[in-house]
Amino acid sequence: MIDALLTLSWTVAKIMMIVLPVTIGVAYFTYFERKVIGYMQVRRGPNRIGPLGLLQPFADVFKMLFKELIIPTNANRFLFLLAPVLALAPALAAWAVVPFSDWLVLADIDAGLLFILALTSMGVYGILIGGWASNSKYALIGGLRSAAQIVSYEIAMGFALVGVIVLSGTLNLTGIVHAQSGNIFTWFWLPLLPLFVIYFISGVAETNRAPFDVAEGESEIVAGFHVEYSGAAFAVFFLAEYANMILISALAALLFLGGWLSPFQGMPWIGDTFLGAGGIHWFLLKTAFFMFLYLWFRATFPRYRYDQIMRLGWKVFIPITIVWIMVAGVFRVTGLVGG
Amino acid sequence: MLAEYFPILVFLAVSTGMGVVLLLAGGILGPRNPDSEKLSPYECGFEAFEDSRMKFDVRFYLVAILFIIFDLEIAFLFPWAVVLDTIGTTGLVAMGVFLLILVIGFVYEWKKGALEWE
Repeated sequence: MIDALLTLSWTVAKIMMIVLPVTIGVAYFTYFERKVIGYMQVRRGPNRIGPLGLLQPFADVFKMLFKELIIPTNANRFLFLLAPVLALAPALAAWAVVPFSDWLVLADIDAGLLFILALTSMGVYGILIGGWASNSKYALIGGLRSAAQIVSYEIAMGFALVGVIVLSGTLNLTGIVHAQSGNIFTWFWLPLLPLFVIYFISGVAETNRAPFDVAEGESEIVAGFHVEYSGAAFAVFFLAEYANMILISALAALLFLGGWLSPFQGMPWIGDTFLGAGGIHWFLLKTAFFMFLYLWFRATFPRYRYDQIMRLGWKVFIPITIVWIMVAGVFRVTGLVGG
Repeated sequence: MLAEYFPILVFLAVSTGMGVVLLLAGGILGPRNPDSEKLSPYECGFEAFEDSRMKFDVRFYLVAILFIIFDLEIAFLFPWAVVLDTIGTTGLVAMGVFLLILVIGFVYEWKKGALEWE
């Protein structure tokens, strides 16, 4: 009994060591989003609260917690409150199988990638239920659009993941990173270049971010599925969305850019110095790169039209991925790439 | 084997609990003074004039159905990709035939206009 309790509390402690950094990461991701987009638009972004505005995220959190939690009369109360929880739970739980370095992983399961795919698919329920339960037209339209968009891009994303498995021969995320071991040119981004690009663009569409943000397109349907949400309930949706963005970035780093491996690994001279050693810092750096891309996209691209989004997902990405899976299969069978 | 999945179960509980705790905290810390205007569905200043549970475009169903087909496809591809090393060229050719059948169906629905949004 005592033993079981000890195991449980140690597991919870380890989970907290993942959840807290992810939450703080989300907080500062919102800060950097406003800063980066600010500078891209030749203004400063938040700079009033704390030095350089660094305490801004905390001010935002406290503000949202102290706001009234409005539940519309027509809404289905239970589903209305369930939806944000359903959106957040998978967005956080998917981190259970993410390896941060060679040994730093909570659950090193063999079906890691399958688990991630399953959990990221769950996220759509939160959005759909939230949109429906609000009983508001904007919310319903936003929820429907969002759901259709997410499931469409999930296919392209799934096919891209199959390409990675073909080359690595395993679903275990640690194993996938080990399969890329070598140097920057043995990472999967090179043999799977089209899948890599498609994976990340699908990831942007999956998380409903600009330029694919018609689901919450503020100039037409106000805020989409979360138009009726306020205060803490909105904060939970917000947390889920940003946790998903960081997750997609982390997965892009793991699956295509060699995770914690150093780009200088095995190179003469430089590979023998500290730069050649792999470690969590490389993983964080690569993840940060993709997170920056999210912000860059938002500052650069105008919003797509809905029919263009669906066309891109179904008529461009799916054909390319199907072809490239076969190409990757040929790579693997002929022994050209992968080991 | 199953023991490796135990942290995941706990993680699911923790992350669900976190959402619930945040909602509870918001409910306790926030003020609570509802009025009928505030609680009515948002509609750009209008009175809401009909039920929002309206009919929606049949295309959304179509997308959902196509999604199921392709998602099943992915479910077939996953195990194939894992063991491709063992099954070699035979496996590759078999999957090529399988994907070809899928592509024929895909071309058919494309030509039928199932993928059009106007």
